[in-house]
Formats: sequence, C-alpha cells, structure tokens
Amino acid sequence: MAETLAYIQRKSLIHDLTGATKFLFFIMWSIAAMITYDTRILLALFVIGIFLFYISKLKWKEVRFALIFMFVLMGFNMIGVYIFGPEQGVEIYGTRHELFVIAGPYAVTLEQLFYMFNFLMKYLSVIPIALLFIMATNPSEFASSLNKIGVSYRIGYAVALALRYIPDIQRDYHNISKAQQARGIDLSRKDKFFDRLKNSAAILFPLVLSSLQGIEVISNAMELRGFGKNKKRTWIVERKFKKEDYRALAFGAILLVISIIVTFSDGNRFYNPFL
Amino acid sequence: MKTQLSIKSIVAIGIGSALFFVLGRFVAIPSPIPNTTINIQYAVLGVLGVLFGPIVGFLTGLIGHVLIDLSWGSPWWSWIVGSGVFGFIVGIVSKKIDMEAGVFGSKEIALFNGFQIAAHIGAWGMIAPGLDILIYSEPVVKAFTQGIAAAIMNGVSTAVIGTVLLIGYAKTKVGTGSLKKEN
Repeated sequence: MAETLAYIQRKSLIHDLTGATKFLFFIMWSIAAMITYDTRILLALFVIGIFLFYISKLKWKEVRFALIFMFVLMGFNMIGVYIFGPEQGVEIYGTRHELFVIAGPYAVTLEQLFYMFNFLMKYLSVIPIALLFIMATNPSEFASSLNKIGVSYRIGYAVALALRYIPDIQRDYHNISKAQQARGIDLSRKDKFFDRLKNSAAILFPLVLSSLQGIEVISNAMELRGFGKNKKRTWIVERKFKKEDYRALAFGAILLVISIIVTFSDGNRFYNPFL
Repeated sequence: MKTQLSIKSIVAIGIGSALFFVLGRFVAIPSPIPNTTINIQYAVLGVLGVLFGPIVGFLTGLIGHVLIDLSWGSPWWSWIVGSGVFGFIVGIVSKKIDMEAGVFGSKEIALFNGFQIAAHIGAWGMIAPGLDILIYSEPVVKAFTQGIAAAIMNGVSTAVIGTVLLIGYAKTKVGTGSLKKEN
C-alpha cells in the first residue's frame, strides 16, 4: 500500500502554533497563490515557503515520495498544457519570440516557456505550506480549529468523524476485498473492463451497507448523548492563541495583501517581462 | 428559521468522506487507458447523495476530496470544488427517489442516471475546467478536454457501480404493501 503523508510530532516553532493558525495561514497562502500570476510574488512565496519548511524541522526524506508523485503529476499536466495550447504564452504576454519549431504548430517560444514556468511556480509555491499544514498539525486539533475560525462545530465534528473512521473503513475494505477475491472476484486487468466494474460493486456493496449501518449506530449514540443541543461545544484538544499565533496570522495577512497589490499594480495578474 | 444539519447528516458526511477518501486514495481499478484508474468513489458519492440529499453530497465530496489531495501533498482546488458540485447535483434526485420505499425500478434507474450524468457534466465539463482557466490560465481546449474525459470515465463507473449498489440497497428495504393477506 502506498505511503501517506501524516502528522509527525516534533518540537518546532511551526508545531507550537495552534491548528487554527496553520489552517488560516494555509488558506490565505493558497488564495494568494491562486490569485496571482506574478512571477516575483510566486518566487517570493516559494522561497518563504521553503524557509518555513526548514524551520519546522521536517525532513526532506519524509516528504520525498510525495514530492516525486507531485512532480510526475505536474509533468503530465505541463505536457497537456503544451500539447493543447502551444501558443498560450504568446496569447497572454502579447509578444512572440520564437526559439525554434518542433513540428507543425508546435513552436517553442520564450513566452510559452515563461508561461509554463509561472504555471509550475503557482503549483510549487503552495506545496511547502501544504506539507507544513499536513505534517505539523495534530489531526485531533483540526475539528476545534475549524470551529475556532467560524465554521459550524457540526461540520468540524463531521471532519473529525471522517479522520477517526478512515482506518476502520480501510480495514473493512481490505477484509471484504480479500473475502471476495477468495470467491473468485477479480479487479485486476485479467478481467474484462465491464466485469471489473461489476466486480468492484460486489466489494463495494458490503462496504457501503456496513458504513450505512455505522452511520445509524453513531448517530443514535450521538443523539442519546444530546449532540447539537447547545450553540457551542468544548473540545478535548483545543489551545488558546498565543503571541506567536497572532504574529503568524498577521504575517500571512500582510503577505496576502502585498501579493494582491503588487500583482494588480500594473493592471493585470501577469508579470510581463516582454514589454 | 435557520435549518441545521441533522445529526444523521453530520455522521453521514463524516463516514461518507472517510469512505470517499479510502476508495479514492487506496483503491485503484485499472481502466482501458494505460496508467489511468477508475474513480469508483463517485459511484459511492452518488449513492450517498440519493440517500441523504444535496447538502450531505456537497460536503462529503468537498471534504473527501480535500483529504485525498492533502494525503498526496497539495490540494488542486478547482477539482475539489468539482467533487462538491457533483455531490450536490446528484443529491437533488433524493427528493424524487424514496429509497426507504424499497423500490428501485426502471423509472428510478433512469432518474438516478439522468442526474448523475448531468452532475458529472456540470462538475467536470463546466465547473472544474472553468476554474482551471480562471485560476491557472490553462489553455481552454486542454481544460475542457481533460474535464470531458473525466466526466465520461466517472459517468460510466457511476452508471454501472452506482446503479448496482442502489438496486441492491433497495432490496434490503421492506417496501410498503409487501405483505399479502392469506386466504
């Protein structure tokens, strides 16, 4: 089974921040990276992100497999972008500096290279902060964090339930699939495509039924304990904001504002070195 | 009056997201196209939508997909929103199909598939590529080609698996009028 990114407990400045802070920071960071296409901002975000990752004391080898996976994915994405839009960069930047022609409509232009570099940076600039959020936030703290930033505690609780039941459902899936395979139900390439789909239903059916039963049991238990009676609730894992949290949030907000101002100072979201 | 999510909906979102995550993250069924796999999680999301309605469908898709993306490393928000939209649209059909009645005949099959196809087209043919173009300035043709390919693949898997699951589920319910008076 493939490796999964998960929380790693460590002592660092980043780990000491509350989950709510890291979540908000991550959201602000994502918004900044989504809005801008300005190369200077993207590079700045990337460098700051790497620096924050360094402070967090997480190790390169702990995220290597995830990075490799993301690079492969991004590689395919970039190839797709080039195949379907070889002149996208020219369209965006308005000039055309042709380097050489590969074949037919596929020319390599400086504009296209620059556009694809920005496209890549837009993705890369979020990765360090996303990794921090995933690996330096205690999942038990996540529900209370959502609640703290204004999301209804009911939704926070739903997320907590999801995190709690992932291992159970994974185990159920494993057991059911082994049992069905023993009965000759095959999901691999050896079977025909539509048979494979139908076979997967044979595994999913018991899984879905047992999950629905689980929903019944859990919601009854919660009902009995009076869940949802009050407007507020307390959490087992909840921390008060400290000075560092306010500083981190202020830093995130300032970054977001600066990135928006710089991005739109010249009228559009692209930084154009060709003019 | 502000409508609150019922306890059952909250639990359905929680368990549903966990189910969506496990199927989307660890279960890979090879498709006819090399190196691509079938997303069977949308079939299950469709079933949950029919059973619990649009709000549960939306939040389950959203939370489940965020969890999947975070476990790989970095979220791709436009497609996450797509999963939410799919759950929402397919959930609307819950008002027309009463699963508790234990009937899932050809009328219900047609309704479910009509809605799930519309939902896939809305999510992957419109919302996700639209956001890709807006956020990432992707080439229009690329974004829509990718989206429509995803809509077709997910549509086929939801049609086959989702329908089989719902027919099976209906059989577990005791319908009204299933008892007959003996002479």
